[in-house]
Amino acid sequence: MELKVEDLCYDYNKGTNFEKRALDNINLSIKENEFIGLIGHTGSGKSTLIQTFNGLLTPTSGKVTWNGNNIHEKGFSRIEFRSHIGIVFQYPEYQLFETTVLKDVCFGPKNLGLSEEESKLRAENALNIVGLEEKYWQHSPFELSGGQKRRAAIAGVLAMEPEILILDEPTAGLDPKGRDEILSVVRRLNRERETSIILVSHSMDDVAEYVNRIIVINDGRIMYDDTPVNIFRMTEELEAIHLSAPQITYILRDLEKIGLNVDTSVIRIDDAVETIKSALSEYKNKVKGLT
Amino acid sequence: MENIVNTENIKYQYTKHDSEGNVIDTVNALDGVSVNVEAGSFIAVLGGNGSGKSTFAKHLNALLVPKEGTVYIDKMNTTDDSLKFDIRKTAGMVFQNPDNQIVASVVDEEVGFGPENIGVPTEEIWVRVEKALKDVGMYAYKDSSPNRLSGGQKQRVAIAGILAMEPKCIILDEPTAMLDPKGRKDVLKILHELNREKGVTIILITHYMEEVTDVDHVFVMEKGRVVLDGSPRFIFSNIDTIKQLRLDVPVAASLAHKLKSEGIDLQDGIITEGELIDAIENIIR
Repeated sequence: MELKVEDLCYDYNKGTNFEKRALDNINLSIKENEFIGLIGHTGSGKSTLIQTFNGLLTPTSGKVTWNGNNIHEKGFSRIEFRSHIGIVFQYPEYQLFETTVLKDVCFGPKNLGLSEEESKLRAENALNIVGLEEKYWQHSPFELSGGQKRRAAIAGVLAMEPEILILDEPTAGLDPKGRDEILSVVRRLNRERETSIILVSHSMDDVAEYVNRIIVINDGRIMYDDTPVNIFRMTEELEAIHLSAPQITYILRDLEKIGLNVDTSVIRIDDAVETIKSALSEYKNKVKGLT
Repeated sequence: MENIVNTENIKYQYTKHDSEGNVIDTVNALDGVSVNVEAGSFIAVLGGNGSGKSTFAKHLNALLVPKEGTVYIDKMNTTDDSLKFDIRKTAGMVFQNPDNQIVASVVDEEVGFGPENIGVPTEEIWVRVEKALKDVGMYAYKDSSPNRLSGGQKQRVAIAGILAMEPKCIILDEPTAMLDPKGRKDVLKILHELNREKGVTIILITHYMEEVTDVDHVFVMEKGRVVLDGSPRFIFSNIDTIKQLRLDVPVAASLAHKLKSEGIDLQDGIITEGELIDAIENIIR
């Protein structure tokens, strides 16, 4: 499986006075079982970029290929293709519309032309994955809490069994518990079903905790595409484009400043505990050696 | 100090109707909330989704009035319709999504919209607009289109729009939820400046725990009630309790807790990065 973007440019309002280049010469490839964080300041082009991934936007130049086939070529089945690339937009709960949760989640698979039974099977499966208990399935989606609504909306995309799942700020407006619930569902999908994930997020802490590759986009261009550790090492560069490092990284840098020999490339809390512990015991041994 | 906000046992229910308009269900969104907010303080309201935070916020500038109990804003009872204008001049609201609250096509007109609506004379409006935009650091953009601003800049313009009405109190309902790290930092900085330098009372609703570590007082809501209130240090002192309320502790507190359980000798009550660094510095000095 490979989704490939080659030399892609996208202009808004092409041919008018308001023409604006939103994406500029994008090249990237997404393969199976990846967990990618897509970060960039507001207006950097993240949302435009993900809409080119499933053909919702047609590039001004360049191409998007799925397993080698150009998705904008004549004869390419885009409907079938879209079932492979699931996008959960910002505030997806605003798109819930059916009379029951189960019917809402069935909508996608039915649109793909699957039978009633098969659609229902997939919907039930998706609802189980997101952890919405069966007692809610016959409820109106509008009776659910904020976090439950969002999970129902995500189930609607999962029911199409995508190979790549793209989530645009899936935790905005959720309480910390709701945030952890959504992100652990996503992690499980990645680990157990090997679904590739693209997480668009403004939370550097969440990105550091979950993903294993980060794409940084700035003014419509890919600025970096690397591992989280390598990306978050460039704190100053990130701050210059309105991003930041995870909070853990700042704490470790300050500990280094007061003379503690910690590994400042650490970005996750449990790893931070380890490096602080070993730096402190190293320090103690040194003191002992001196006395 | 006087109380700018005083609520006495307020209750509010949302009712669900069937297609004939008969009431089929009621939800207690607020179930007896009594709080006092001192004028000039910086207050945070935490709570899980659906705990009643936003319903509570809407009671503070008479967007909603309680079904039971009373709300006084600067001693004005919000159920008194004749005071509604004065209440909204006193307490302004900023919402989560800046795109939903911007109406004008030029930044300075956007900021002038509020004062114009409350009948401020034209010359005075422009004086206030200039001052408000300078206060939030957006004066350079006064002739720009709001569409061209970043999320954080839009939110600062929304705050300027409220400031131009010269409120004593600003209520912000998750103002940073959609912002990038720089936008979040800028908005928080402005709020603290307004509080410190102009004495504006700030009531901040948020899901980001680290935004709360340096406020004066925190209210935590659950099921329409205030279940915890106190200083940030008190609120974040018990991780298990805070997690049961669907919340979390700030990263520095979480790290301190984990280090302690690994046997590292740190004092209780660490909630900020600075405190954690100091505590560890004490060990190695």
